[in-house]
Amino acid sequence: MAVLAARNLRKSYGGAEVVAGVSFAIAPGECFGLLGPNGAGKTTTLRLCLGLTDPDHGSIELMQRPVPGEARPARARVGVVPQMDNLDPDFTVGENLLVYGRYFGLSEGAIRARIPQLLDFAGLSARAASQIQTLSGGMKRRLTLARALINDPDLIFMDEPTTGLDPQARHLIWERLKQLLAGGKTIVLTTHFMEEAERLCARLAIMDRGRFITEGSPRELILRHIEPHVVEAHGDGVMDWSDREAGKLASRLEKSGETVFCYAADPAPLLSSLANQGELRYLHRPANLEDVFLKLTGRELRD
Amino acid sequence: MHIFSPPSMSLRFVPVWRRNLLVWRKLAVPSILGNLADPLIYVLGLGYGLGSMLPEVGGVPYIAFLAAGMVCSSTMNSATFEAMYSAFSRMHVQHTWDAIMNAPVDLDDVVLAELAWAASKSVLSGVAILAVVWLLGLSGSVLSLWVIALLPLIGLTFGALALAVTAMARSYDFFMYYFTLLVTPMNLLCGVFFPVEQLPAAFQAVAAFLPLTHAVAIARPLLLGQIPPDAVLHALVLLAYAAAGFYAATVLFRRRLLK
Ligand SMILES: Nc1ncnc2c1ncn2[C@@H]1O[C@H](COP(=O)(O)OP(=O)(O)OP(=O)(O)O)[C@@H](O)[C@H]1O
Ligand SMILES: [Mg+2]
Repeated sequence: MAVLAARNLRKSYGGAEVVAGVSFAIAPGECFGLLGPNGAGKTTTLRLCLGLTDPDHGSIELMQRPVPGEARPARARVGVVPQMDNLDPDFTVGENLLVYGRYFGLSEGAIRARIPQLLDFAGLSARAASQIQTLSGGMKRRLTLARALINDPDLIFMDEPTTGLDPQARHLIWERLKQLLAGGKTIVLTTHFMEEAERLCARLAIMDRGRFITEGSPRELILRHIEPHVVEAHGDGVMDWSDREAGKLASRLEKSGETVFCYAADPAPLLSSLANQGELRYLHRPANLEDVFLKLTGRELRD
Repeated sequence: MHIFSPPSMSLRFVPVWRRNLLVWRKLAVPSILGNLADPLIYVLGLGYGLGSMLPEVGGVPYIAFLAAGMVCSSTMNSATFEAMYSAFSRMHVQHTWDAIMNAPVDLDDVVLAELAWAASKSVLSGVAILAVVWLLGLSGSVLSLWVIALLPLIGLTFGALALAVTAMARSYDFFMYYFTLLVTPMNLLCGVFFPVEQLPAAFQAVAAFLPLTHAVAIARPLLLGQIPPDAVLHALVLLAYAAAGFYAATVLFRRRLLK
């Protein structure tokens, strides 16, 4: 039984179709990733699922309830980490959790009993009495995550949970999300970090211009869409080399600025050709999700 | 839910109202003193200063006449400020409403909470002025206690109207229009500082439509120890403004935030 199912969702703003026919179903305990360039429609898709805006077409079921019709009671079982922090600046860390718990109709005693656990989970036990303005970006993000857990939700929506964080803070959030998954929670996550998606998501979709352009496990997507080896070359004369040699040796080439990306099933001929080009520098690595993403959504900027 | 459907009224507004109360409690004393300073200066300055040059106004000393006007006008101002500047901060600047709506609370609940909170806060301001009026001996009648029952209605009326303005505001600057076009004229035309009857007929006709006139028309007789004529009618006018303002605010906020 899916905890979230969407069928043929469509949503337009001012004539532009921002979500253009999206369908998916998410099973309990799954971590589903939504990847896509800026403006792809990820946040809008999440808002539709939460019943915060009505779709033009399509149907949604959240926690077995129709959305938007019964979105409000459905949200009682859901936690949300929004893309932009909206912690309450008028309150301390502890008060943020207390006040937020009240919105769920939880009893004062139940919330107060839960706060120490959540602060501990977020690594903020020592900061319970701190004002929000005094927290670092990473602390705010962790508090937002703790806040999303105040109602012990079954499903958690996370809209870019680690954007803007340093590697330490990012790894800590990943650790926490893994803990939540191990505890049986379901997570729907949007991200721009391919590494994040590869580490956390059993299944993901790449979204572009309002559509899911591909869907599967990270490994499946790499196998399906891209050659297994990548050789990146740059340096003086790389474009000449690419026109002269690489075109014949790689199954696909991409040029970005002064770098040539060579995709191939067998990298050996490319590497031996490069070994004779003293002035070129190169890197050989396995293909990853970012290669899939860039192949499918293109290299040019979106906004 | 259709954008024009009636506001859903539920007790879910209570935790949101309590949120605002908790913020206010941290700054309660300076907030009450701040709200009191302005009207107090008017009552004392105009009441004693201007009043000493005037014969009786409406059969009573000017300061006693002014007291009812100041109670109503400061209640109006307090509700207006809270429902415009503070609500706008919470909605647009801090995104507090967005956070709340991720919980099982709907926009309608948030709007109702903001209205109830603006009214609550304005009642505190009104009661503070009323207490000063009693302490200064400007009203000795037990009937003046009924003004306490009138204050929530005044707060709801002007809170609702201000929320409708907030729903249309793109920045804080927008609120200046409302002050210039409505709040200031109401303070001057609705019998706060002088009887409406002193105005030319055309202005009197305008004043008759403005809600503050109806608030003053109930409060002044009560403070002077009389039963207000047509009190029910005046109260119904206020109620109509409150209902219309609240409905307009709800529809406008839905159009703005749920699109
Ligand atoms: N309320 C709205 N009114 C008008 N346009 C909107 C609204 N919400 C989103 N859009 C537009 O819809 C498109 C998709 O926005 P959305 O926020 O869903 O993208 P996203 O995939 O979350 O992007 P990002 O990675 O930048 O967060 C954008 O072009 C955005 O400008
Ligand atoms: Mg987004």
